[in-house]
Amino acid sequence: MKKLVTSLFISLATSLLFVPSLAMASGTELHLDHAPDRSGNKAALQNGAKIFVNYCLNCHSASYMRYNRLKDIGLTDQQIKDNLLFTTDKVGESMSVAMRRDEAKEWFGVAPPDLTVIARARASEAGSGADWLYTYLRGFYRDSERPTGWNNTVFANVGMPHVMWELQGEQVLGEDHKLTLATPGKMQPQAYDDMVADLVGFLQYMGEPGAAKRKSLGWIVLIFLGVLFVLAYALKREYWKDIH
Amino acid sequence: MSAVNTKLKDLLGWVDERFPLTSNWKAHLSEYYAPKNFNFWYFFGSLALLVLVIQIVTGIFLVMHFKPDASLNAAGVPVAFASVEYIMRDVPWGWLIRYMHSTGASAFFIVVYMHMFRGMLYGSYRKPRELIWIFGMLIFLCLMAEAFFGYLLPWGQMSYWGAQVIVNLFSAIPFVGPDLSLWIRGDYVVGDATLNRFFAFHVIAVPLVLVGLVVAHILALHEVGSNNPDGIEIKKKKDAKGIPLDGIPFHPYYTVKDIMGVVVFLMVFSLIVFFAPEVGGYFLEYNNFFPANPMQTPPHIAPVWYFTPFYSILRAVTYPLFGIDAKFWGVVAMGASAMIFVLLPWLDRSPAKSIRYRGPIYKTFLAAFVISFFVLGYLGVLPPTPVRTLVSQICSVIYFAFFLLMPIYSSIDKCKPEPDRVTSSGHGVKK
Amino acid sequence: MSNDGKVDCSRRRLLVATATIGGLGGVAAAVPFVASMMPSERAKAAGAPVEVDISKLAPGQMMTVEWRGKPVWIINRTPEQLASLKTTDAKVSDPNSDKKQQPDYCKNETRSIKPNILVAVGICTHLGCSPSEKFKTGADSGVAPDWAGGFVCPCHGSTFDLAGRVYKSKPAPDNLEVPPHMYLGDARIVIGEDKGVKA
Repeated sequence: MKKLVTSLFISLATSLLFVPSLAMASGTELHLDHAPDRSGNKAALQNGAKIFVNYCLNCHSASYMRYNRLKDIGLTDQQIKDNLLFTTDKVGESMSVAMRRDEAKEWFGVAPPDLTVIARARASEAGSGADWLYTYLRGFYRDSERPTGWNNTVFANVGMPHVMWELQGEQVLGEDHKLTLATPGKMQPQAYDDMVADLVGFLQYMGEPGAAKRKSLGWIVLIFLGVLFVLAYALKREYWKDIH
Repeated sequence: MSAVNTKLKDLLGWVDERFPLTSNWKAHLSEYYAPKNFNFWYFFGSLALLVLVIQIVTGIFLVMHFKPDASLNAAGVPVAFASVEYIMRDVPWGWLIRYMHSTGASAFFIVVYMHMFRGMLYGSYRKPRELIWIFGMLIFLCLMAEAFFGYLLPWGQMSYWGAQVIVNLFSAIPFVGPDLSLWIRGDYVVGDATLNRFFAFHVIAVPLVLVGLVVAHILALHEVGSNNPDGIEIKKKKDAKGIPLDGIPFHPYYTVKDIMGVVVFLMVFSLIVFFAPEVGGYFLEYNNFFPANPMQTPPHIAPVWYFTPFYSILRAVTYPLFGIDAKFWGVVAMGASAMIFVLLPWLDRSPAKSIRYRGPIYKTFLAAFVISFFVLGYLGVLPPTPVRTLVSQICSVIYFAFFLLMPIYSSIDKCKPEPDRVTSSGHGVKK
Repeated sequence: MSNDGKVDCSRRRLLVATATIGGLGGVAAAVPFVASMMPSERAKAAGAPVEVDISKLAPGQMMTVEWRGKPVWIINRTPEQLASLKTTDAKVSDPNSDKKQQPDYCKNETRSIKPNILVAVGICTHLGCSPSEKFKTGADSGVAPDWAGGFVCPCHGSTFDLAGRVYKSKPAPDNLEVPPHMYLGDARIVIGEDKGVKA
């Protein structure tokens, strides 16, 4: 038996050694900047929520996200009502948009997608969904060939114009595929990046608002199962004393 | 106390006169004699049953909230997709039930693959257990159908295009193919009709068949008795009472042992459910968080990991044959690769059942088969390139060679003599 | 099996301990499944308090609003209608509203905060039909010659007076439910919320 297990492990190990060489062959590498971690940082997430409501929620819905869920990130019903509620008057409502989808499609070519789970959908081997969004929102550059006048380094020929260009300024894409800031915006580059990080942090939170609760419950379940395992193992030993 | 006991005995007697309760308890648990030398690999049968229960229970509660409807809601999202997010957010504890179900799907295949591999290691498919093996293969077939139907339901991009591709496989069948795939879809593309019928199959038809087959699988097993890591029949050596010398009652010995296995399994299961339910995009694919869009195929679509070995074989076939195109033969090869296991009882000519007493040729072939299974599985998640196609072709040949050459190599292999009695008592504590 | 009494004892202890902890785990695991059948966030949002403007509700008129999927009546009773409550006192089964079918602040003669405005859930306490209004009095109403105005349930004929009190010897056991509600200013009512005043 032992021999078999070892030979199996050896065969598995060789196959795993063999496998990366196959993966290497894949071509287009998408480079993503690493998004700063904002999970658990309530002030940053609240700021992100505010930016989301002000800049994104005009065109994009977040139709599975209820306003009162924002209590997760430390807001009260009253704060939500006073600062974030523009499209509805009930905190139990979900984040919908007033814009009509067919009109939006006419303006942008595609209807702006719902953003509730965008941070989960945009994950790939290249990085997390947050990394993608963080790179994307900082990757707009001027392109006169596009109808909106904007293009993007990670989302080629994107339909959305650069909504926050007044803050970031105007970037241009050089010959070396590097972005440079041609016209500065209202914000310093570092401040803009921080703001985008807050927004991305919020989008990531919104993708699965219960993620933190899920993990903390997980520890309890594992500890419980650990105790149960000790008992079950002792019980098994106790019975199997009989078997020779 | 004794008065209560007498009352309970009377009640049991009353039931036993009308229903074979005690006799079934004895036949299947307290007087079902299992070999005492079961090892690690023997946990996966009871674990498969556990996962089946998890899937059925979580499934029932998901059906209470899920809506199989491809039409768009007010926000422009398909109702089915939105109802999954509704479960994840609005239904109390819905996220836990859904993650248990999605993790359970992958866990089912892990456990079943281990269970099948156990059968291959110790020759559990051989006489007199051919029917157990056939029922098992039918269960595997149902499981694949169940997983496939279920995968369409969240109505994400991968659901949609995965179903589109798999249903189009049927169009490769000569003459009737195109009409057949149209009939399966009930529409010219995968649509609302497809979603509704897949839902019906996923929650009613296939589970009914699955449960029936599981019962048949266990009944057949209990008729002939369990095999063991030594591959010898414990029923050949019995004591004066007719009890196998190397047999121990399933209950309590294997019930307490399996409970231990269940707890370990639940720990691994919980690790995934609570800490990494997506498992890096393998259990829940990232692209499936985009709602189905019939106008746009994602840049790279791959089936969920448990189908990828067979999917690789499908893609590996690139030559037309007998005037029929490669697509058809790819489908045939894929179907054959999943179902060829059913022939094992008749392909295997070795005098020894268990790997412990088999010769080096069989071990080499088995190792090559396992490696090619893993490599094919890995290649199945990657987009094809010429090199990868070549590797998957080589692996496909090894895969089939393991089965088709078995009558030859298993009969010429040098086996060690099998012992008379089982050689160790598994994990038992020795005094 | 072992005949050693000591071994059996520790075996019994372990068995009980494992069964107890395992059973606890089983119960805990059942909780999410049972809880998942409670109203979801969507249902709660739909069941959120409703604000109603009653400035246009003239005396003698009634309006119906939806709260938690149920019809809630708001009736502006005329002085005559209020006076009729005195005459029905003897005919209704719970004239003093002793049963908890209303918040404490509505346990009074008119079953309301402001005497003229009645807010009541328009669901018969018998089997859940919605009674119809019969504000006409006397024989004209088609109910009874001495009918003082009120509501008649079409399903099983239970009758209620203009404070939603059920008449004696009718199938319905209780008065109509008065939901928690409060006034925002003079002409706005919030149904479903009463800001800390315990229902």
